[in-house]
Amino acid sequence: MTFASRRSLLKAASWTTMAAAAVLVGCGKKEDAPPQTASPAAAPASATPAKAEPLKIAFTYVGPVGDGGWTFAHDNARKALEQEFGDRVVTSFVEKVPESADAERVFRDLVGQGNKLIFGTTFGYMEPMLKVAADSPGVKFEHATGYKQAPNMRTYDSRTYEGAYMAGVIAGKMTKSNTLGVVGSIPIPEVIRNINSFTMGAQSVNPKIRTKVVWVNEWFNPPKETEAAQSLINQGADVLFQNTDSSAVLQTAAKNKKLAFGWDSDMTAYAPDAHLASAIINWAPYYIQATREALDGKWTGGSGIWWGVKEGAIDVVSISDKVPAETKAMIDKIKAGLKDGSFVIWKGPIVGSDGKELLAKDAVADDKFLGGVNFYVKGVDGKVPAGK
Amino acid sequence: MIKLEARPQPSRWMSLASPLMALAITVLIGVFLFVILGKDPWRGLQVFFIEPVKNLYQISELSVKATPLILIALGLAVCYRSNVWNIGAEGQFVAGALCAGWVAMQAGPDTAWLGRGIVFFVLIGGVLGGMVWAAIVALLRDRFNANEILVSLMLVYVAELLLSYLVYGPWKDPKGYNFPQTITFLADTRIPRLVPTLRAHIGVLIAAVAVAGFWLFLFRSYRGFALQVGGLAPAAARYAGFSSRQALWTALLISGGMAGLAGGLEAAGPLGQLSPYVPAGYGFAAIIVAYVGRLHPVGIIFSGFLMSLFYIGGELAQSRLGLPKSLTGVFQGLLLFTLLACDTLIHYRVRWQRAAAPSNVTKAA
Amino acid sequence: MDSFALLLAATLNAGTVLAIAGIGLLINERAGILNLGAEGLMLVAAIAGFATAVHTGNDWLAFCAGAVAGALMAAAFGVLVIWLNTNQVASGLALSLFGAGFSAFVGVGYVQGKLGDRPQFSVPFLADIPFIGPAFFRQHPMVYLAIALVVGVSWFLYRSRPGLVLRAVGESPESAHALGYPVRRIRMAAVMAGGALCGVAGAYLSVVYTPLWVEGMVAGKGWIALALTTFATWRPARVLLGAYLFGGVTMLQFHLQGEGVEIPSQFLSMLPYLATIVVLVLISRNGAWIKANMPASLGKPFFPGS
Repeated sequence: MTFASRRSLLKAASWTTMAAAAVLVGCGKKEDAPPQTASPAAAPASATPAKAEPLKIAFTYVGPVGDGGWTFAHDNARKALEQEFGDRVVTSFVEKVPESADAERVFRDLVGQGNKLIFGTTFGYMEPMLKVAADSPGVKFEHATGYKQAPNMRTYDSRTYEGAYMAGVIAGKMTKSNTLGVVGSIPIPEVIRNINSFTMGAQSVNPKIRTKVVWVNEWFNPPKETEAAQSLINQGADVLFQNTDSSAVLQTAAKNKKLAFGWDSDMTAYAPDAHLASAIINWAPYYIQATREALDGKWTGGSGIWWGVKEGAIDVVSISDKVPAETKAMIDKIKAGLKDGSFVIWKGPIVGSDGKELLAKDAVADDKFLGGVNFYVKGVDGKVPAGK
Repeated sequence: MIKLEARPQPSRWMSLASPLMALAITVLIGVFLFVILGKDPWRGLQVFFIEPVKNLYQISELSVKATPLILIALGLAVCYRSNVWNIGAEGQFVAGALCAGWVAMQAGPDTAWLGRGIVFFVLIGGVLGGMVWAAIVALLRDRFNANEILVSLMLVYVAELLLSYLVYGPWKDPKGYNFPQTITFLADTRIPRLVPTLRAHIGVLIAAVAVAGFWLFLFRSYRGFALQVGGLAPAAARYAGFSSRQALWTALLISGGMAGLAGGLEAAGPLGQLSPYVPAGYGFAAIIVAYVGRLHPVGIIFSGFLMSLFYIGGELAQSRLGLPKSLTGVFQGLLLFTLLACDTLIHYRVRWQRAAAPSNVTKAA
Repeated sequence: MDSFALLLAATLNAGTVLAIAGIGLLINERAGILNLGAEGLMLVAAIAGFATAVHTGNDWLAFCAGAVAGALMAAAFGVLVIWLNTNQVASGLALSLFGAGFSAFVGVGYVQGKLGDRPQFSVPFLADIPFIGPAFFRQHPMVYLAIALVVGVSWFLYRSRPGLVLRAVGESPESAHALGYPVRRIRMAAVMAGGALCGVAGAYLSVVYTPLWVEGMVAGKGWIALALTTFATWRPARVLLGAYLFGGVTMLQFHLQGEGVEIPSQFLSMLPYLATIVVLVLISRNGAWIKANMPASLGKPFFPGS
């Protein structure tokens, strides 16, 4: 390796600088073109504008829009938002934004581009959003699945455990081996709560079932999810459930002639023979409400909502014809009960897998209890990873 | 037909022009890709290369991204010049972040007397963490001849899983609602910023000092000279009495330490806590930075900023133009590829030959 | 017992990818070329195979597409390291990084792609033998082809003239050149053949193993395949053994989790990587043994007529 002499280095540096300057000057004339949607962005310096400037809304996704699961569900809701409000809003998104220091830069750039309502769709954006929110008081921030808030930032979440419970009911009815398998993503309370709810749902129709859990430690990794699912099947599970974001688990079940569920979005198309039902999240009702509040000037931060079946955020759809009619009716009853508040999933007695009673008989778990779930209920094999 | 003819001596001019040529080819292919994707190529180039340097905030962001790349690449340059192929800088980065994070988490009322000085110990922790992780590679190569490429690479995965275990388990923030992250480090332990409103931190200064330091080490010190001879001509080095074992350990410890330092800066700087998202791929990108910078400290500054340009430009291209994020990876890989191809011109001249001269001796019976 | 049989079956499946890629890399290394770009090669082949399967519905065409993609990428690498004599390590890394980015880029439109119903395979009669049936005879044909490949390559290397020439080129390209063999063309052929095999492995991953495309889905298997060649001291049969060993360790960690074993899942996930290191150490310990088995010119550039 030769190293440059000082003169050649200087020569190269000066050429590079001149070239860069030329390009800068040449391109500096162009103004920043508006982002990728068609609607007009800046207010033209014309006479009275016919209608108000559209609200610029931005979404940040942790995964690819095409993941068929978590991010796909958010993006569908974004499209529903566009349909609902037409040209009163302009939406855009950035996908695959990692939950790291880079996220802060993305949020700042979105603010810099004039977005006034920004949705961050994963837990890991919490700290970056907080920082940027502090520096951008005029912008509204919505953070999914988080817990920190600010005057111009609030949180929203969905009661995925309700979908998990209903899936469990179906699983309990459909299993022949009485062994259920769950492919777990990351052992946070939400996921553990879902595993428990799934188990409780199955136990409500089939007290003999046992649930086995395998963790892939990621939200989205189809090859790993496949291996995990295969391993569960190898250990006797004939109905699979997942908290991961791809359709790999469902497809592995199909390959082995077992049954499984879709998660986050309707996954029927991926494996119609193995698909029992999909526990989906519908973010549209919330997104539409939040946008309406922003448009009407009624948006306030500093709070958090947790919506479920009652508000239309959670549903179990595309229940297969393999599922007996009486079970389908049961699901409908549960949904109705959740809607009018007469049915409560997390009601005592709830016993942990170590035998200790965690919730007394007839006691109803409040959101705080639900938020801190880091134990397995009786019927789930093993111990929560690194849990105490 | 094209024939490559060896030059009597390596061309100085080409060794400078080669990275620029490679960049030009990459940009050309980039324009082509933009057109295929139906975007205005000039707009694409502008977003990629001009936007990230448009104002002070952007340049500060560029430096935040470039600092770890430059630091790691400096260490890797020493390694590669010594013919030690450390591919596991990412793992050493994580190990450094872990140690630095541990030190930062010890901060409390009893360390308040240190004040801001604790940052020094945090960074030392980072350096040591990276060194230990690289030392494993050195040990296995030294004692058991295990190939350092594969060992260092496997250790990357091990380091990431170790981080995952710690932030999900023993180091989890008890008040963090069971989410996998440590406490947010106390203000005193955070890396001081250069200017309060920008994210650029003293890592930039550290990197500048490191560049000078490494230049001195490589080109003005005996040890550095010995290392490079060992890499270029191992037989000659042995003859001269340069210990290849010393070279191995020096190279790995230095590059491990630098990667660990970068990890510590990231963890205690922009991140402010440990989480499963500490590994950001810097360890691998730094390999490209080192090469494109011709394994030379000054060149690494340029290539570090160029690589950061690709990263940030890619992000902006995504949010402003709707271009896919993978474009960044394509550009980076392409740059290294074309650089390697253009590099041949340093040692060879291109000559056109009329007829295919019989270059093979007729097969022996 | 049943679950153990299924574990064996899963091991075979998981090991096949590693085996095919490992054999491809073995061919490369026997000719003296170290190809660190296996990961990127496999990724590009995976998307090529998946896209072909989506559009044509034919798995075997998909494997061909993967092979072609792998061979083309390997050819680019080959031109760099064989004709332009660039550093093999750096060029391989460049290929890996480029392949990762390029495959993600091209695959953007396929992330939600679905392939048709995946067919089930089983060998008639043999598949019904208790235990052995489910363990060994319900696999995709590619699993058996991998075994046949190992046998074939073994025969090629040790019992055929071209194989002898290949090994000679790997041991001492200068001598081979002096004898009149077109060393560079032989090496290029080896590189492209190896690339094609890595490509088949990549396509198998995206079309059969996990019938989905997602960026980065090779997830380190290319690197493990590289480790395999060293582990196997460059002998085809040992590559197969090593591949099954690693496949087994991967499946084992999920198995243990499901059984409720109390080791944190992250440590179980580390098993394949730690196993690779341990194996490398054990194999490399005896420096003389390695020297005796490793192709002598591995990684070194060749300059004809110098």
